[in-house]
Amino acid sequence: MSEQVFTNLTNAGPVSVYVRDGKITRIRALDADEADFKPWTIEADGQSYTPPKKFNLSPYVYGERQRIYSDNRIKYPMKRVDFDPNGERNPQNRGKSDYERISWDEALDLVAGEIKRVQDTYGPSAVSGMTSSHHNWGIVGYKMGPFWRFFNHIGYTPVFDNPDSWEGWHWGATHTYGFYWRLGMPEQYDLLEDGLKNAEMIVYWSNDPDSTRGIYTGQDASIWRQWLKDKGVEMVFIDPFHNFTAAAMDGKWIAPRMGTDTAVAMAIAYVWLTEETYDKEYIESRTVGFDQFKDYVLGKEDGEAKTPRWAAEESGVPARTITALARQWAKKRTVLSGGARGGEGGACRTAYGTEWARMMVLLQAMQGLGKPGVSIWGTSMGAPFDASIWFPGYADPEGRMSTSSAADKTYPNPNPQRLYRPDVPDAVLDPPYSWIGEGFCGNSLEQQFKPYTYPAEGCSEIKLWYRYGGSFFGTMNDTTKWARMYQSPKLEFVVNQDCWWAGETRFADVILPACTHMEREDLGEWGTGNGYTQHASNGCNFRVIVRQQKCIEPLWESKSDYDIFSELAGKLGFRDEFTEGKTDKDWAKAFFEISDLKDHISWEEFDKKGYYIINVPDDYQSTPGLRWFAEGRNCDTPDIGNPKRTTNEADQLGTYSGKIEFVSESLAQHTPDDTERPVSPHYIKSWEGHHSPKIDKYPIQLLSPHPRFTFHTHYDGHTASLNDIPAHRIKVDGHPYWPARINPDDARARGIEDGDIVRLYNDRAQGVLCCAVVTERVKPGVVHAYASSGVYDPIDPGDPDSIDRGGCVNMLSPSKLMSKNVPGMAPNSSLIQFEKWEGKR
Amino acid sequence: MTKFSMIVDVDKCTGCYACFLTCRDEYVDNDHLPYSAAQPPANSERGQNWIRVEEEERGTFPKVKVSYTPIMCQNCEDAPCIEAATDGAVFRRDDGIVMIDPEKADGQKAIAESCPYGVIFWNEEKKLAQKCTFCSHLLDDGWQMPRCAEACPVEAILFGDLDDPDSAISQKRMAGGMEELNPEYGIKPTVAYVGLPKRFIAGEVVFAGDEEECAEGVSVMLAGDSGTLSTATDAFGDFEFAGLKDGSDVSIEIDAPGRKTYSVDIKTDIDHNLGVILLEASTD
Repeated sequence: MSEQVFTNLTNAGPVSVYVRDGKITRIRALDADEADFKPWTIEADGQSYTPPKKFNLSPYVYGERQRIYSDNRIKYPMKRVDFDPNGERNPQNRGKSDYERISWDEALDLVAGEIKRVQDTYGPSAVSGMTSSHHNWGIVGYKMGPFWRFFNHIGYTPVFDNPDSWEGWHWGATHTYGFYWRLGMPEQYDLLEDGLKNAEMIVYWSNDPDSTRGIYTGQDASIWRQWLKDKGVEMVFIDPFHNFTAAAMDGKWIAPRMGTDTAVAMAIAYVWLTEETYDKEYIESRTVGFDQFKDYVLGKEDGEAKTPRWAAEESGVPARTITALARQWAKKRTVLSGGARGGEGGACRTAYGTEWARMMVLLQAMQGLGKPGVSIWGTSMGAPFDASIWFPGYADPEGRMSTSSAADKTYPNPNPQRLYRPDVPDAVLDPPYSWIGEGFCGNSLEQQFKPYTYPAEGCSEIKLWYRYGGSFFGTMNDTTKWARMYQSPKLEFVVNQDCWWAGETRFADVILPACTHMEREDLGEWGTGNGYTQHASNGCNFRVIVRQQKCIEPLWESKSDYDIFSELAGKLGFRDEFTEGKTDKDWAKAFFEISDLKDHISWEEFDKKGYYIINVPDDYQSTPGLRWFAEGRNCDTPDIGNPKRTTNEADQLGTYSGKIEFVSESLAQHTPDDTERPVSPHYIKSWEGHHSPKIDKYPIQLLSPHPRFTFHTHYDGHTASLNDIPAHRIKVDGHPYWPARINPDDARARGIEDGDIVRLYNDRAQGVLCCAVVTERVKPGVVHAYASSGVYDPIDPGDPDSIDRGGCVNMLSPSKLMSKNVPGMAPNSSLIQFEKWEGKR
Repeated sequence: MTKFSMIVDVDKCTGCYACFLTCRDEYVDNDHLPYSAAQPPANSERGQNWIRVEEEERGTFPKVKVSYTPIMCQNCEDAPCIEAATDGAVFRRDDGIVMIDPEKADGQKAIAESCPYGVIFWNEEKKLAQKCTFCSHLLDDGWQMPRCAEACPVEAILFGDLDDPDSAISQKRMAGGMEELNPEYGIKPTVAYVGLPKRFIAGEVVFAGDEEECAEGVSVMLAGDSGTLSTATDAFGDFEFAGLKDGSDVSIEIDAPGRKTYSVDIKTDIDHNLGVILLEASTD
C-alpha cells in the first residue's frame, strides 16, 4: 500500500503523520503549503524580525511514534485477579496483584453494573472520578468532553482541580491586579514587539521558558529569545538552578535560598524607596495602599527594615548583588519574566508563594507596569495574533461536548458534592474534610473564599472511583497517600481508563484501554485551551487550526474515550442521549460549525486539507498588554475574559478598586485578619524552610520544577528514546533512573560521585532512588529533581511505604497547603536528606 | 556541482534534543533501502545515536556556562571509513554525502571502528555498520533538508549546498568564525562548527571595607601569549574573559584607584571562577 499522510495535533504542535500499511512510519512538524504562511514582521531598532515558515514542536513530540507503539500501552481490558464483585474484593491488594485479560463486554458489564449498584445503594454522589490533564489533544476527545458528558448525565461527585502550576499567582496576584479570569496570569498581547522594541533588561525570576515552552506552544518562542540575546538585551536569572534558558542565554545567575525570594523582592523595593527610583506618578494614579506597604518595607510596621543586608541574611545573596540588581532594574526598561505565562514559576509553589507572586506584580507597578519595556512577560507568548476569528478551546464551555451548543442537549450534573484534588485521599480516608475555594476560580475573586466540606450535606461518601489517567504519584504532593487511599475498603470499586500504564493504573480493579489522538477523529487549535488562558496560541508564530485525522485504527483492543463512554451509556440505557447519533467525526464537524472558521474555509476543504493557518492581517494594530492601563485608557486588547472590558469601567483592572492594590481590598473584605496572606504582602518565614527545626535532620531543600523533556508525566516511561537523553533519565545497570542534580559540596560531604544511585528521603517517604548528577548548576543545599516522573516503580509493589525507583520525588513533598486560607500546593517547600544507596534496587 | 554539508552553531543550540529525537523517528524500525537499514530499537543496549548531543558544563557556582554540541557524521574529505571499507562499501555521492551501502558493507566491522568521531555504529544483529546519511533518501525525494535541521527551532543546524555561493550555509561560512571539531584528527570534516566551547576566566571584584556595594567599572587586564585583553567589571562587579584558548598561561591584573593591585597567574587548562576578589585599600 502506498504512503498516506495525515494531519494531527499534539499538545506541543501540529504534525504530519506518515502511514504505510496501516502503521505510522514518521511524525513530522506539519508540512504546510508554503503559500499558506504569511509571516508577520516586527521592526525594532532598524532590524526586521520575521519567523521562519515552519512549526517548531517540543522535542518529545518527535518521540510520539514510539509512544503510540509503546509496549507500555494498555492493550486489553483487564481485571485484577483477586477482585470478585460478588465476593472478596481484596482492596488491600490493589497495587500488588496481577491482572487477567477480559473481554470488552465483560469489562463494560462489570463497570456499568458497579455504577448502577453503587448509585442505587448510596445515591449518585457515591460515584466520583477525575481525569489527568493534557495527555491527548483535540476538543472532541479531550478530558472535559466524553468523560464529563457521561458523568454529568449520571450525576457524580466532581473533583476541583487546584491551579497546580501557578498557585501563588492564582491565590495571590489576583488580589493585587485582578486577572482572575486568567487565573492570575497577566495578558501577554504583543509583548514580543514591546520586548524587541523597548526592553533593555529581562529578569527571569523562577522561570525557564526554554523548558516550559509556553505550556503548549512548542519551541516557536526559542527564536524570540535568540533575537533578544543578539540585540544585547541583558538577562538575569533568579533561580536555585542554573536553568536551561540561562544556559542558552548566558546571563547573570543569582541563586537565593529557596523560600526567600520574597525577601529579596522586598529588599529591591527598599532600594527603590530609599533611593527614590520608582515611578511616583504611576503609584499615585494607578495604585492604592502604597503607604502601608512602604511602612512595612521601611520597617515602620514591624521594626525590621527590609534592607538588602536583611535580605542577604535570609537569602544568602550578597546585599551588594541585591542592591546592584535593584539599581539596574530601575535604570533600565526591565521586563519581569515570572513564569511561562508571565506568571507561574516554582517560587509560586512554595509556602506563602502568594506573597512572592504579589511582590512580582508590585515591583513592576513601582516601575510603571504596562509602560514600554516594563511588562510581566514570560518571553514565550505575545506574538502578533489575529484574535478576530473565534475557535473554541477545551477550556471554553463551548469547546466541550458536555456543555457546548455543538450538542443538541447537555446534562448539568445535579450533585452538589465536591472533592479537592490535592487532598482527595485525606478526604476519602478521614472524613469530614473541609477546605476553602472552588479550585480554578476564574469567574470571581469571591470563589476563592467559598467553604466546602466533604461529605456534603445529604450526600454519600464516595464508593466508586473512576480514574482516567494515572499521573498523581508524579504530580501531586506527599503522594504515598494515594496508594493508601487506593487500598482502603472505603473504595468499593476502582476503574482506570488510560492509553498507557501509569502509576495509578495498577491500583484499579478494572482497567480499560483507551486509544490516542492519532487513532480517532478530532480537531483543535494549536497552543491554547482558551477559557482562562484566552489566546494562548499567541505563543506560536502562526495560529493554526488542525483537523485531527484518524491516522491508524485503534491499536490492540483500545477504543476512543468517546466509544468507551458511548458503550457504557448503552449498558446504562442512555446511549442515544449520549451520542445524539453522532460519530466522533460528526462531533468534530459540529464544533467546526459553531466556530468562526466556517466563514473562512468549508468543512469539506478543511477535512481534506487538514489545517487552516490564521495569518495576521496586513493592517494589524498592536495592543501591548496593560499599555492601556498604564496610559489610563480603556482596555484595547482582545482579552475577552475581562468583564470590565466593554463596560464604562473599561480602564480599570479586575481588583475591587480597579487599580493595582498594595493593600488588597478583596483580602481586606474577606480575610482581614489573615496573617499568612496579609492584606499587604509580607515576607513570612517558610513553614518548611531553613528556619524550621527539622532542618537539622533534613538539611537539603528539594527543588522539583516542571520537566524539560516531557509534558508533566506524559511521554515519560513510554517513549523509549527519552531514556537515552541523559538530562532526562540515566541508565544504571540498564534501569533508567531519574536524575537528581547535586552540588559538588553536598555530594562530597556524603561520599557521592556522579552516576551513583542516591536515596532521597524524609519523614514522608522512605525514599526515592535517583541517579546523582554532580553539577555546579545547583546551589549548595539544594537538590534539583524534576517533578512529573511518569514512572512509579515501588521496589515492594503494593507497599505504600516502599522505596520508589521510578523517580516520583513528589512522594517527598508536603501535603500541607500554602497557608490557612490558601489551598495551594507547595512542593518547593520540601526538606529532605539524601545518601548514597547501596541497598536493594 | 553540489556539495551538501552543515554548520552547527553551538552558541545557538539550546540542548533540546529535537535533532536526536527526529533522527530516531526517521530511522528506528524504518528501512530506507538502498540508503540505510533500520536502526535497532531505542532504549536498548543496541540503540544508536547517529546524532548525539554533548553537554559540557564549565566553571563553578555561580559562574557557570553550559554548551550543547550536536555531533553527526562529519562527511570528511579524508574519510577513514571510506579507506577502511572494502568493495566500495563506503562511498561519496556526487553531492558530497558519505554513504554506507547496507548490502556491500555486510560484515565489515572495520567501518564502524574507523571513525574517530564515534559516529558510526555497529549493528550486531545485522552485522552492519550504520551512520547518518544526511537523510539522503529524503533529499532525493525532494526534501529541502534532513530531519534534524528541519526540527531545530533555532537554526543551530544549518544544512545546504557549499557549492552554491548564495545558499545560507555558504553565506554563513563567508561570515567567518568557522571551526573544525577535533582538528587534531586531520581528516578534513566538511561539517563546520561555530562557538565550540572555549575556556573562560571570571570573577567578582569587591572593595574591602565596602562589601555592601558592587565594584563597577574596575579595570581588569589579561596578559598571555597571544597578547593583552582588557575589560571592566559590570554593575554586579563581575568580569569575564571568554573564548580563551585551552592550556595557555595567562596573568590577570586588577587595578582600581586607591586599591592594592591584585594579580594572579593562571593556566587555562580548566575554566576559572576566581570567586570574590577583595581589593584592599592601598596604604600609600
